Amino acid sequence: MATKKKWEYSPAPESKQPAAIASRYELFINGKWQKPSSGNYFNSINPATEEKLSEIALAEEADVNKAVQAARQGYEKYWKKISPTERGKYIFRIARIMQERARELAVTETMDGGKPIRESRDFDIPTAANHFFYYAGWADKLDFAFPNKKANSLGVAGQITPWNFPLLMAAWKIAPALATGNTVVLKPAETTSLTTLKLAEIIQEADLPPGVVNIITGAGQTGALLTKHTDINKIAFTGSTEVGKIIQRTLAGSSKKLTLELGGKGANIIFEDAPIDQAVEGVINGIFFNQGHVCCAGSRLYVQESIAKIFIKKLKDRIGTLLVGDPLDKNTDIGAINSAQQLKTIQSFIKIGKAEGASFYESDCALPKKGYFCRPSLFTNVAQSNRIAQEEIFGPVLCILTFRTDDEVIEKANNSPYGLSAGIWTDKGARIFNISKRIRAGVIWANTYNLFDPTSPFGGYKESGFGREGGLQGLQPYVQLS
Amino acid sequence: MAGKKPVFNTQILNHPPVEQTGVEERAIRFTKRSIKGPSKMQGLHMVLSMIDLTTLEGKDTPGKVNQLCTKARHLHDHIPGLPTVAAICVYPSMVSVAKKALQGSLIKVASVATAFPSGQSSLRIKLADTRLAVEEGADEVDMVISRGKFHAGDYQYVFDEIAAIKEACGKARLKVILETGELGTLDQVRKASTIAIAAGADFIKTSTGKIQPAATMPVTLVMLETIRDHFYKTGKKVGMKPAGGISKSKLALHYLVMVKETLGEAWLDKHWFRFGASSLANDVLMQVAKETTGNYQSPNYFSID
Repeated sequence: MATKKKWEYSPAPESKQPAAIASRYELFINGKWQKPSSGNYFNSINPATEEKLSEIALAEEADVNKAVQAARQGYEKYWKKISPTERGKYIFRIARIMQERARELAVTETMDGGKPIRESRDFDIPTAANHFFYYAGWADKLDFAFPNKKANSLGVAGQITPWNFPLLMAAWKIAPALATGNTVVLKPAETTSLTTLKLAEIIQEADLPPGVVNIITGAGQTGALLTKHTDINKIAFTGSTEVGKIIQRTLAGSSKKLTLELGGKGANIIFEDAPIDQAVEGVINGIFFNQGHVCCAGSRLYVQESIAKIFIKKLKDRIGTLLVGDPLDKNTDIGAINSAQQLKTIQSFIKIGKAEGASFYESDCALPKKGYFCRPSLFTNVAQSNRIAQEEIFGPVLCILTFRTDDEVIEKANNSPYGLSAGIWTDKGARIFNISKRIRAGVIWANTYNLFDPTSPFGGYKESGFGREGGLQGLQPYVQLS
Repeated sequence: MAGKKPVFNTQILNHPPVEQTGVEERAIRFTKRSIKGPSKMQGLHMVLSMIDLTTLEGKDTPGKVNQLCTKARHLHDHIPGLPTVAAICVYPSMVSVAKKALQGSLIKVASVATAFPSGQSSLRIKLADTRLAVEEGADEVDMVISRGKFHAGDYQYVFDEIAAIKEACGKARLKVILETGELGTLDQVRKASTIAIAAGADFIKTSTGKIQPAATMPVTLVMLETIRDHFYKTGKKVGMKPAGGISKSKLALHYLVMVKETLGEAWLDKHWFRFGASSLANDVLMQVAKETTGNYQSPNYFSID
């Protein structure tokens, strides 16, 4: 019999045209695009091709001061005085323009950050718009959110977002701040500023009063200036635990309110009575979503010993079907690692895991010659004592541990400095409630993973941070109750 | 296959539960793969080669079956290089007609049996029905399971009945129709698939085509996963046949993506995968013609036997 030709999918790269990325972006201060005081710019590159996409203004002290001052003026002159219903209208307008420009935002997000277009198109952008829609609704209903109390705005919020979900995190931060009557100075991560700058265009198009939202760009230094500024009432940070601790030290003794959303090492727990095939999907989605650059990634997998063998076999087979490559191709399941530096971090953890004696398995897929790519992989024979089981890798690397009893797995799941997320897979409803009560994690998913909704609060315990974003609870960090 | 008649082992009922939401989410992912150009052409040819061209009507006549067999042999002679369909699927009374009409071709004749479509009869009658089909020359037998017994919890009966029919099939390959539209939940689909495979099914098949809903992607996915588990455990392959409701090329290609990503390339073969359909072939032919000529043609250019 003639050997059959393998059936392959056809490449389906999304056009880069809709992204319409400008060759240079300035700072968005007081409703206008302003050149940085220093005249310095830094490059933003496409991690899938290593090509330069644009150059971005570097905000230094004078710019940060200017932005905070603009936000203060915007607060005193306009935003504080405007009626809550009018505030809501502005936020609705932002949400609608985001939907109109969804394709442009999705393609830009993928080019700038490396995530698959399927994810930016189906998850990042729609969810970001939904956050604005959701909080727009709250703007004139704060009396119902906090019954018998008056919710007063704080003033100026300084916000710093990470590089893994740039636009979505900007939405998480800006939407509740505006709804509660605060003005904003936001700094996106330096590797992924583009969609946040496009959000600034949208805010301009929505005709918000000057100074209500200011976007300044730069690296950690710019962020540090923002957190140190004395005329800021509230800092919201999403990023690494290391930086979170520095910010907390900076703010100690000041009157600034603080919320931190930091790292995680999510425990995804598979009991022997779990829906196995769907749990395999959940584990794959839990760790390989956005190349594993997810603070709530299910990176610690606990499988009950009785099913470990078949479960791991199925995981390995499934990893073999994941398509790694051009993030703009709509077939792609796993895109590019966000930066050369992050790729190096991931590779060093893989080395550590091997040296610690864990068994390593990775997909045999080919990787593109250019760009920062990493095969989806997993470690078996991992113990709590291994560094790969304790530290956040922030990449497509899964650590698999086994357990025997409910008590044992609860103890092990809680045996981490982090407490952001967890997953429980079982057919028993009672077990879901019992286990989730005893696990110290801000978000616990049952028989699913990495599901988000604007109405649902998100945040951590322990070194994963404090404060909640999303939902009714997400209003709280931005108001003073009286 | 000669050998010992299988014995019902209640342990097979301890299969993992099925989470409907998770299955549906996974099924949607298969529809997002891009299949264009040469990939689409290859896929469409595969679909054609996997079709069980079906007529199962009270008004079937030798004339109608003869015409259908001609269609099976000559799908669309204007386009050279097309495969033939895999099989013709008819009632036992029409098997000899089809057999004769298909002489000299590689197209199989499949016959429904066992008091199709309801299965509401005795084992004695069902065995006789099966033997009739085989004696008339059927290469494949499509039986229905006793859904009543299944819902009543008499899994032993369902199992033994399939095993008995399998024995009566002799050399003919047995497709076991679960009629998933009557089973209620995906957990039940999984259970019925497990029982059918353990009892000796060569293929498991979703539907008779007489009950709605017929084949759906989530239901088919659960059945493919059952086949995969059996393969993991025993190294033995079982075939899959979704039937009813698949009438468009695009949907058929999505099914092939699902097969490829769940069971692998080895199942992308008419020996292991079939579509039970009557109108799918012409839609695929129209797509093939469009890929070849660049233009869509009127349906009137495609024969409707």
